[in-house]
Amino acid sequence: MRLLDVAQFATGSLRGSPTRTLLMMLAMSIGVAAVVVLTALGEGARRYVVGQFSSLGTNLVIVLPGRTETAGVGPGIMSGQTPREITLDDAEALLRSPVIKRIAPLTIGSASISRGALNREVVVAGSSADMLGIRHMSMAVGEFLPAGDIHEGASVCVLGNQIARELFGNAAAVGQWVRIGDRRVRVIGILSSQGESMGMRTDELVIVPVATSHQLFNTSGLFRVLIEAKSRDVIEQVVRDAEEIMVARHSGEKDVTVITQDAVLQTFDRILTALTMAVGGIAAISLAVAGVLIMNVMLIAVAQRVKEIGLLKALGAPGKRIRNLFFAEAALLSAIGSVAGLALGYAGSFVIGRIYPMLPVSPPWWAVLAAVATALGAGILFSVWPARRAAKLDPVAALAGR
Amino acid sequence: MIELNQVSRSFTVGDQQVAALRGIDLSIAAGDYVSIMGPSGSGKSTLLNLIGLLDRPSSGTYKLDGGNVTALDDVQQARVRSEKIGFVFQSFHLVPRLTAAMNIELPMILAGVDPAERKERVAKLVENYGLKDRADHRPDQLSGGQRQRVAIARATSMNPAVLLADEPTGNLDQTTGKEVMALLEQLVERKVALVLVTHDPVLGGRAHRQIHMVDGEIVSENKATGVS
Repeated sequence: MRLLDVAQFATGSLRGSPTRTLLMMLAMSIGVAAVVVLTALGEGARRYVVGQFSSLGTNLVIVLPGRTETAGVGPGIMSGQTPREITLDDAEALLRSPVIKRIAPLTIGSASISRGALNREVVVAGSSADMLGIRHMSMAVGEFLPAGDIHEGASVCVLGNQIARELFGNAAAVGQWVRIGDRRVRVIGILSSQGESMGMRTDELVIVPVATSHQLFNTSGLFRVLIEAKSRDVIEQVVRDAEEIMVARHSGEKDVTVITQDAVLQTFDRILTALTMAVGGIAAISLAVAGVLIMNVMLIAVAQRVKEIGLLKALGAPGKRIRNLFFAEAALLSAIGSVAGLALGYAGSFVIGRIYPMLPVSPPWWAVLAAVATALGAGILFSVWPARRAAKLDPVAALAGR
Repeated sequence: MIELNQVSRSFTVGDQQVAALRGIDLSIAAGDYVSIMGPSGSGKSTLLNLIGLLDRPSSGTYKLDGGNVTALDDVQQARVRSEKIGFVFQSFHLVPRLTAAMNIELPMILAGVDPAERKERVAKLVENYGLKDRADHRPDQLSGGQRQRVAIARATSMNPAVLLADEPTGNLDQTTGKEVMALLEQLVERKVALVLVTHDPVLGGRAHRQIHMVDGEIVSENKATGVS
């Protein structure tokens, strides 16, 4: 029997009982759609988190004072009680490493900012010109901190978008003077609105040159040193170099912690991928249920079509061919059900993407493949028994309808 | 062509062995017109099923065209059925979802005949059996006589050597029954061996060879000199 004829015959018998066929396809497509939508959600969550991390900067390595045994931020670092602080000279020394592209020192403090009668508390960050590029920030108006010697504290500042609005309203802020703490500084630029990125709202930040912030808060240490590696491949070497340089400068004592964004990112990536797979797996159970339904309905179909099976045998179809005809039916059913399910799933993902625009909802290719494969597999696997039963029917009894 | 040698068939009913056929010896040549008659339960349908390879004998041998077909496996037997045997049933056994033309085409589809050749043969059969304006109708839109004509066209589509008919007129009125018999008897002239099972003595009397069965045994065989 020709393959095309098998397909045609199977199509014909599926069309012969449209209600049954439609219901089975519905079950199949719901299963496939569930896998697609749920994995799309999981994948969306993963991409959202990864996106948040990369908005912090790419190829980022961070040096922080103090030593913790595990990666992450310990209580000692939060309170700033460290044996030795990282100085601006330490930060500059890092540039000796050939794999480090650029660095940006970072201090954090809190001070009041005022313009005339307007006054509020803000987080003041001290940094250098390279901060802009390393942290992937962009300017709305004016310029970022001037390049040059980072030991020089110019009386300038860059305002976060919201701070600028609150202090100046619609008036031009660049060129105006504001007071931070007890110091008058000139506004040279305003950051463009970026929203929140990993717990740091740049919209409510005021950035001044690092030396200025040292004078402002009467400190000399750094909160962090942000390092951008020359490429992703050299990140490990950057970590080694940074540690070596810091150890050499701190009289052989390893009192800094170097963390990479990659390590944190990979952990999140792994957790969320595992989560996506687990959710997809749960959805795949519905495919198995659909498979059982197909088996049930196929068994009924064999019982209903027992005379036809007898006839096919009398007309010269061996048991094997009858079994294949039933397989073809199951495969066709699963295939059409899968396609319908994919359409349904993609439509559902699209709708969810519209409802939660910040989630990049899109089903991962492996989940789509797995869903279709599971649907086809379940359909054919669960039709083995009914098909074998049909193949083994005694032709005489079958023709008599027994 | 057909040679049955001491063929028996017994069924197990409950814990009892019931013999449906006992030691049948029968040979049928090409172009023979044989009717098998007898009361119900005499084993005539079982004999027909055995000849049609739908059933296997419990003992004895069955040779078709010189080859022992009792020893063949399922696939080989199916092939013999496809190539050499045609069936006509009392209840027509048409596939309800297929049109008349597609029902006629079915054995050729199963045998894997080339589609172009299939269409040609179907067209010819539809013409020969007067079904031209009914070819695209489904069985439930056909009369009993038309249905049986479709069934005969289907049975002859693979040009079988043997045609087995089990009460072919049982569900038809007398006039259409006669038409159907005439169509079957035409095949005998084309050297097809026709084996007809019936309990109607008038119908059975038309055959050249009339076999009477009682309790699974052939009790008598009459040879007529010609078709009445």
